[in-house]
Amino acid sequence: MSDVVNARQGTRTGSSKGFDDVLVDVRNLKMYFPVTEGVFVPKVVAHVKAVNDVSFQIFRGETLGVVGESGCGKTTTGRCILQLEKPTAGEIIFYGDDITKYDSKQMIDVRKKIQVIFQDPYSSLNPRMKVGEIIAEPMKVHKIINDEAERQKRVRYLLNVCGLASAFADRYPHEMSGGQRQRVGIARALAMNPEFIICDEAVSALDVSIQAQVINLLEDLRDEFDLTYLFISHDLSVVRHICHRVAVMYLGNLVELADGDELFENPMHPYTRLLLNAVPIPDPDIEKERAHEIIKGEIPSPINPPPGCVFHPRCPSAVDGCKKDVPQLREIKPGHWVACSEV
Amino acid sequence: MALLEIKDLQTQFFTSAGTVKAVDGVSYTVEEGETVAVVGESGSGKSVTAMSIMRLIPWPPGKIVGGSINFDGKDLLALSEDEMREIRGRDIGMIFQEPMTSLNPVLTIGMQLTEPMIAHLNMSEEDAMAKAVKLLGMVGISEPERRLAQYPHHLSGGMRQRVVIAMALACDPKLIIADEPTTALDVTIQAQILELMKNLTRELGVAMIIITHNLGVVARYADRVNVMYAGRIIESGIASDIYHRPRHPYTLALLKSVPRMDRQRTDKLDPVDGQPPDLTKLDGGCSFRPRCRFAQDHCANSFPALEEIESGHTSACFEKDNLAKEVKEVVG
Repeated sequence: MSDVVNARQGTRTGSSKGFDDVLVDVRNLKMYFPVTEGVFVPKVVAHVKAVNDVSFQIFRGETLGVVGESGCGKTTTGRCILQLEKPTAGEIIFYGDDITKYDSKQMIDVRKKIQVIFQDPYSSLNPRMKVGEIIAEPMKVHKIINDEAERQKRVRYLLNVCGLASAFADRYPHEMSGGQRQRVGIARALAMNPEFIICDEAVSALDVSIQAQVINLLEDLRDEFDLTYLFISHDLSVVRHICHRVAVMYLGNLVELADGDELFENPMHPYTRLLLNAVPIPDPDIEKERAHEIIKGEIPSPINPPPGCVFHPRCPSAVDGCKKDVPQLREIKPGHWVACSEV
Repeated sequence: MALLEIKDLQTQFFTSAGTVKAVDGVSYTVEEGETVAVVGESGSGKSVTAMSIMRLIPWPPGKIVGGSINFDGKDLLALSEDEMREIRGRDIGMIFQEPMTSLNPVLTIGMQLTEPMIAHLNMSEEDAMAKAVKLLGMVGISEPERRLAQYPHHLSGGMRQRVVIAMALACDPKLIIADEPTTALDVTIQAQILELMKNLTRELGVAMIIITHNLGVVARYADRVNVMYAGRIIESGIASDIYHRPRHPYTLALLKSVPRMDRQRTDKLDPVDGQPPDLTKLDGGCSFRPRCRFAQDHCANSFPALEEIESGHTSACFEKDNLAKEVKEVVG
């Protein structure tokens, strides 16, 4: 327990420049999904440990990146914060209250403050609704603006803020390109005047030239509306570009957390090092010079994660102790947290 | 002579919305043993070009309406369907993006791997099985004998892609076409697969066309690069020329809009404004013109031809000299 307390205090006083007001405090979050057998009388035979004892904080005004490969638990972490999954254990403190204890009625107020932008702009917009209706819907449901004309005015404003002409309000999603649809998804998230937006692979499905437009839009909106983002992505180049701090996850565990520039220039966890090394840089001269160290093997099953450090079977610096001792997140440098006994 | 020479290839799709000029006069060559990248965004025609080489364009609605494809001394567009089938899988291997859909889910790995060798090389089943074991070992799959009896769903995505690579190599092809071979894979697995493909193509002297939207992958693995936009190649050259001395406004814009892991957070991206054009409504002028900051009135009159700037570096832009004056070098 004491380690966790330290971790929390440490990140609070950490080097996250200019951000000291904790908006969301995730404490010892665990999300285990049952694996069942049998059709009529399902029996739980095992658990997928999607998120295993993860603690971190999100400061007001910052963009915290969560990176990792498929199945590392980054999306599940985001869904737990939104209470779209009921965590197995742990607390999520938002405005001083643990929202995991909230019932669905109490959550309504929280949902006005926390919004989400999904990856796929094709499946996250209702194809039978006009764009204007899609953006107006949350304002109607939460009774933010009851007057229809006022609502339409705000819809047009939000479209313009997101770089779309007002005329798009009368179109259907299928009449728009992927980049335009993603802008609609962003406008819908902004409709509630949220403080905190979870971007789950929000730019991953877009082509490079369109992706850059949406990244710049997200950055501009962050500055204009004082937004805080949890930016979940597998694309490390995008994360480097947009995030103040970055958390690296592997197999349900948080393995490293640091300021963005620090993490990318001075990665300490062996997994982070190999992960960054695997990302090709769009410059043939740099690529020629770089030593390419390829990570061996594949990600083990989260049903039966390896004992001790979950990364030890693939780790080039693993020692015998790694097979049994679970490494705790330690502050190696101010604000730079690493869960590895060999650092 | 080049191993593969594509000349003025035109592939069109006849749809109810109009004729889509998916590939509109593409020419390029691949020499023996070299790796050529084709980069571009969705709808730029990079995959349709590859499918045209293999003559796998479905009719209706698609059709190769012009040009020639010369491979190893044969004009592929003049071959009969039977002759073409001899080439597919034997002389030209293919690796697709999605390993789950390019493998047959109800056949064992062993059957799928030996089938092309039995069909194309008249090998006996025992010989083919022995070679299959060798191939699986070569692509880094453990316990190859046991794997032969397994089905694709037993394997992870990365393992499946290794099997697909083994299949592509089974008949000792001269050319492999890899269409987004690692796009569906995680970045560490992507690095494993690309390293494997690079080593194998070099060892075996196989030429490769790698089709991708990822500029990083191109920088790491390709000798030469063709950049496509709206069905045409707009710039072509060796990798370091394309990345450091781009001579087409689209290439330049693409490089400026891609976020880089080696850049600080505070560096702003410089995106290309607007949307890619509707391929049914191309007007005969330069198709990048509406998004181009170097565009002049005369760019609307005709489509610029690919012209050589220096040896091996070509660009299709009327304003390439102005661009060269303004942007001498793009530094990493």
